Amino acid sequence: MSELNSMSNQAPESPERRRFVGAATAAAGLAIAPGVMLYQVAHGRPDDQPASSAVRWGMLVDSTKCATGCNDCVSACSTENGWTPVAESEHPRQAPQWIRKLELEDPLTQRETNLPMMCQHCAEPPCVDVCPTGASFKRADGIVLVNRHTCIGCRYCMMACPYKARSLVHEPLNDTQKPDVPRGMGCVEACTFCVQKVDRGDGNTACAEACTAAGHNALLFGDMNDPESEISRRLRELPTKQVRADLNLNLGVRYHGI
Amino acid sequence: MASITFREVEGSSLKYWLLFGFLGLFVLFGALAWNYMHHYGHVVTGMDNQIVWGLPHVFAVFLIVAASGALNVASIASVFNKPMYKPLAPLSAILALALMLGGLLVLVLDLGRSDRLIVAMTHFNFKSMFTWNVFLYSGFFGLVGVYLWTMLDRSVKSWSKAAGTAAFIWRLILTTGTGSLFGFLIARELYGTAMLAPMFIIMSFAYGLAIYLMVLVAAYAWTGRTLGDAVMTRLKTLLVVFVAAVLYFVVVHHMTNLYFAKYQAVEAFILRDGGLFTTLFWVGQIIIGCVAPLVILLSGLGKQRAWIMIACALVIVGGVAQMYVTIIGAQAFPLDMFPGLTEQSSFFDGEVHGYMPSVPELFLGLGGVAIALLATTFAVKVLRLLPVSLDDATVAKLEH
Repeated sequence: MSELNSMSNQAPESPERRRFVGAATAAAGLAIAPGVMLYQVAHGRPDDQPASSAVRWGMLVDSTKCATGCNDCVSACSTENGWTPVAESEHPRQAPQWIRKLELEDPLTQRETNLPMMCQHCAEPPCVDVCPTGASFKRADGIVLVNRHTCIGCRYCMMACPYKARSLVHEPLNDTQKPDVPRGMGCVEACTFCVQKVDRGDGNTACAEACTAAGHNALLFGDMNDPESEISRRLRELPTKQVRADLNLNLGVRYHGI
Repeated sequence: MASITFREVEGSSLKYWLLFGFLGLFVLFGALAWNYMHHYGHVVTGMDNQIVWGLPHVFAVFLIVAASGALNVASIASVFNKPMYKPLAPLSAILALALMLGGLLVLVLDLGRSDRLIVAMTHFNFKSMFTWNVFLYSGFFGLVGVYLWTMLDRSVKSWSKAAGTAAFIWRLILTTGTGSLFGFLIARELYGTAMLAPMFIIMSFAYGLAIYLMVLVAAYAWTGRTLGDAVMTRLKTLLVVFVAAVLYFVVVHHMTNLYFAKYQAVEAFILRDGGLFTTLFWVGQIIIGCVAPLVILLSGLGKQRAWIMIACALVIVGGVAQMYVTIIGAQAFPLDMFPGLTEQSSFFDGEVHGYMPSVPELFLGLGGVAIALLATTFAVKVLRLLPVSLDDATVAKLEH
């Protein structure tokens, strides 16, 4: 208490100096921030730097542009992250699927909608809440991941996920594994927003790249915290929804046209 | 109050060793089943990415719930000062420990990485109900262990009530935790309700007591000791109350859901259209698990020991059916991500998920049951848990 008093007594002694230091810091911050951001986007995040909460990676799915029968995003994810495509799996029922194409239909109007479904990278992820060991975690930049080394395969996160976004690796893995995407039998895994690409500085995910390459442009990945980013601009323009918005999980994936 | 003599069962007869060997065989099968699942992965089970918790969880959660319920007889003796229950208390405590052991083993051996159990013991996320359960289960072993010690060792007997009360409070919290494993899940319609915690507590009362009664009668019949009708009648009446309470909670849970339009589809699935799950609910959980035992115990049949045993067996079978419906039925119903729209995908969205338990899963679960019974069989041989006689005269003296 006495310490607090002495602190508050000291406070009014140099208000001007305080204001100056504050203003100078803010100005310096403003001056270098775009540079730092550009550096991050251009060169990726150095290994010794943690992910920054200044960034929130997110994705806009424009379901009006998502083509019926097109599976390019799913194939690209499988290739980038080394999971066997479900059609090639010996056990399709138990095969992991990091991303899948959903076909929706309104029984009343017969209106059809296509969209990819994957980890929604919630700001309040139920999988992270329920994980007993803390293996499920959310990075400062909003990417929800599973620590492959502390996951015990209890599958509680799969029970908790409202989007069925997670898969358990049910069988020994073949040699399709990628060096920067660790996987393993008995552990749970899901879409990582291609975290290895993000950290390399690619600034995009494999699924979004594939969608663009196919000319559909239904997927847009970017920093939702940066008001100047393409995704922020589009999110301002388009009406979008979050799946199961009633759960108030603040999703990193937003859908247009649902 | 008259004193009661406790004595170990001799356990040297051929019958004892046959029972021991029979249970041991199932423990061995369970171990082999685990080894098989652990080596090849969960691909050899009926579980997949839709039904992620299968038959092992049904057995594990049933045993854990029954474990806390088996302690009830001891709690009535020490916490509520009913002298008639005092001679029944040591078996109650050991059965609670044994069932908990069996349930936990099934739970941890069904992990995708059961070899990483040490990680679960060293890395904690205190927002997870699972983490809380790790502590609740460990604490249960500690507290019930101490409680058993105060019952068996005269020098610490004065601590029995304190230890019994602590164990009783702990077991209530523990079953709240077990129910909340499901109650705290937002994703599935049948979970995400505070109802599950008290419902699991009352279910534990019924399942635990049914198992206790069967073990008690078997132990006395097979060792040639006398078990009077006074004890049976008292415990039977208690079972009636518990089973009726279970039925009440189940009815309230489903009636509440039926009132809400958003739950009507999932309720229709369980109550009407769910095929196996509907059958298991009505025939298994309601008729076999609740109605039939109530009819038996409340009618003239309930005066005969054989019929009481049948009623107990029905409560247990109904309990397993209830766990199957609660755990697997809730997962079988598809997640409703887009209300009002039909869904289709390679990941089985929008369709009811099938599940066929595999043989290893069944044997892993049965292994847990076997290890619980084996531990009890061994404990009554090496510890003085069972009174030499529980005839009506001896029991009557306790109450005066």
